[in-house]
Amino acid sequence: DSVKDSRRRSRATESSWPGRQGNQYTIRGVGGDEDDGTEIGEGGDEWMHGKTLIKPPDQLDLTEAELKEEFTRILTANNPHAPQNIVRYSFKERSYKPISSVDQLAVHFFLEGNLLHRDSDEARRQKAKQGLPDEKATVVTETEDEKLETPAAGGEEAGDVEEGGGEDGEQKLTNQFNFSERASQTLNNPLRERGCQTEPPPRASFSATANQWEIYDVYLEEMQKQEKNKEKAKAVPKKEDDKGKKKLTLSDDLTKVAKVAKIIERMVNQNTFDDIAQDFRYFEDASDEFREQEGTLLPLWKFQYDQAKRLSVTALCWNQSYKDLFAVGLGSYDFTKQGRGMLVFYSLKNSTYPEYNYPTTSGILCLDIHPDRPYLVAVGFYDGCVAVYNLKEERPEPVYKSSSKSGKHTDPVWQVRWQKDDMDNHQNFFSVSSDGRVVSWTLVKSELVFTDIIKLSLVGAVSEGPEACGTSFDFHKQINYLFLVGTEEGKIHKCSKAYSSQFLETYDAHNMAVDAVKWNQFHPKVFISCSSDWTVKIWDHTIRTPVFIFDLNAAVGDVAWSPYSSTVFAAVTADGKVHVFDLGINKYEAICQQPVVAKKKTKLTHIEFNPVYPIIIVGDDRGYVTSLKLSPNLRSKPKEKKGQELPRGPEVEIAKMEKLLSLLREPENSKA
Amino acid sequence: MCAEVEETLKRIQTHKGVIGTIVVNAEGIPIRTTLDNSTTVQYAGLLHQLTMKARSTVRDIDPQNDLTFLRIRSKKHEIMVAPDKEYMLIVIQNPSE
Repeated sequence: DSVKDSRRRSRATESSWPGRQGNQYTIRGVGGDEDDGTEIGEGGDEWMHGKTLIKPPDQLDLTEAELKEEFTRILTANNPHAPQNIVRYSFKERSYKPISSVDQLAVHFFLEGNLLHRDSDEARRQKAKQGLPDEKATVVTETEDEKLETPAAGGEEAGDVEEGGGEDGEQKLTNQFNFSERASQTLNNPLRERGCQTEPPPRASFSATANQWEIYDVYLEEMQKQEKNKEKAKAVPKKEDDKGKKKLTLSDDLTKVAKVAKIIERMVNQNTFDDIAQDFRYFEDASDEFREQEGTLLPLWKFQYDQAKRLSVTALCWNQSYKDLFAVGLGSYDFTKQGRGMLVFYSLKNSTYPEYNYPTTSGILCLDIHPDRPYLVAVGFYDGCVAVYNLKEERPEPVYKSSSKSGKHTDPVWQVRWQKDDMDNHQNFFSVSSDGRVVSWTLVKSELVFTDIIKLSLVGAVSEGPEACGTSFDFHKQINYLFLVGTEEGKIHKCSKAYSSQFLETYDAHNMAVDAVKWNQFHPKVFISCSSDWTVKIWDHTIRTPVFIFDLNAAVGDVAWSPYSSTVFAAVTADGKVHVFDLGINKYEAICQQPVVAKKKTKLTHIEFNPVYPIIIVGDDRGYVTSLKLSPNLRSKPKEKKGQELPRGPEVEIAKMEKLLSLLREPENSKA
Repeated sequence: MCAEVEETLKRIQTHKGVIGTIVVNAEGIPIRTTLDNSTTVQYAGLLHQLTMKARSTVRDIDPQNDLTFLRIRSKKHEIMVAPDKEYMLIVIQNPSE
């Protein structure tokens, strides 16, 4: 192809290879050129002819001589890329030294192959693994039947082969690589959680202190329990006890506050009447020093009960055991105005409200508190009944009451007195009444048994003539059987319990009814009597005429000896005055005459001295009870001589009285 | 029995100078009062503690002894406390009236 050749030639000269301009190559790769050229050549033959030589602008301009210059090239085995000036630091010479030989190896291509040498260990192992199955597989591939067996057989025999192989030629090592692990998994039981929760125990916080007194309390309780057990072991258990206990537990809560409420009430009262309480305790009238002989009465508390208005105080009595407690009997002296009555107990600690009160159907005329058993009270009524109240009991009725069957009086009972317990340890008391009988009542279990002691009559001898009315009596303090009876006619009879038919003595005492007759607390022979005939008379029971007579200008309601002195006594009159006498100081006049009630119309009906404190209570016909404190002059004791200790005691009092009497006897004797 | 106690409490309340009464049970909780609630609670709480302390003092000195009542007199009035095994009664009184 001439066209092609021409083209080649033109190409050759045109070839511009930057950097190798001067080299000449004889290009002989026709086939290659053809490939290149055919694409362009066939289409642009005519265009190629017209092409002129184009010089790239940056081609080196070389002269012809330089173009023809020949350069020789030598092929060496050196790696043209290998560095030729590697320098290594030599520690020996302490400088950089060029390395003499440099590695000239150039790796053009690298491929990891998986061919093993047949004699290497790895190859042997592989052979051993695959040796037999390979042989067998090639044999048995033709038959289908044995195909199934072969994998299994192959598997088994592989194992055998392994072992066999181990034995045959090379030794097979049994290690972890050659074992086959077998495992099987069992079914895991499903897990189930079960729980149980109990109710938390109820909690309560508890705190206590261990004090000495708490320990003491516990010991006391233990002791009491033990005692109870002992008692139960002895006594037959009663069902009533249980019922009683049940009643207590069912009762309202407030009942337990009763005791505390009482204390508080007293405290409140004490506050309100604080000045009175202080006076009662501490006040001593200093002005008594200036008054020679006279004394005064300081008014203290005033006791009144709302429901007792319009009733008059008919009886007063101090309690012997509880010195601040006194009983007031309320009724009426008026014959026309007879109605109800009341038995009221007051304590000095609470003047606004009574401690106990018992309403009665009939007016009370007299009362007496048992000296040994302070809860037993004997009461005599206007309608002739006598009754005994037990303060310990809750009910408002009396424990015992006499009735018409059981010998009650037919007339008002004017005086009752407790006696000592009789032989059978029964309590008994006496009563005197206007029907002329003096009756002894004995408390036998639940009954009142009466015994007529004596019958009073107008004329000296008993059981003759019309009966006299007894209005008062008193028992001798020391001589038990001796007692005095005052009558409405004004006579006083001295009687003995033993002799029921005769009086021991009769005194023509007064012109009117004898309101009160009282033995002296110390002197065994002296007694006093008072009457509505305005007089108070003092007697020696051996003498038939009075030793002293005092005229008080008004009807005398009551008279009382003082418990601290044998010569002091007090009387109350209908004009509201209290008269206090001390025979040791003044034989003729009272050392104190004092009105104690506001209104002059009020009559004082009764008076009583407190056994311990220097106070007296006075009852009037309006239902009030006034308490008064005796000033020091009224309770004077004989002056002690210096250096001499003053003898105290009843003997002194007796002696005092005796002295008085002896003084009187002489003038009397002289008179007589 | 209960009516009597009620009557007694009423009498105390109507007594001259008494400002108020409180009945407190063993735990210090007021069960009856004539004052307003806040005052009652205050009195009950404080006096309960004081009474316990006083009682403890008395009994520590002599275990056979026991506290009967407690009076606190202040400028304005007097507080009276009467303790019991199960209850306590507090009364506030103006004594100078």
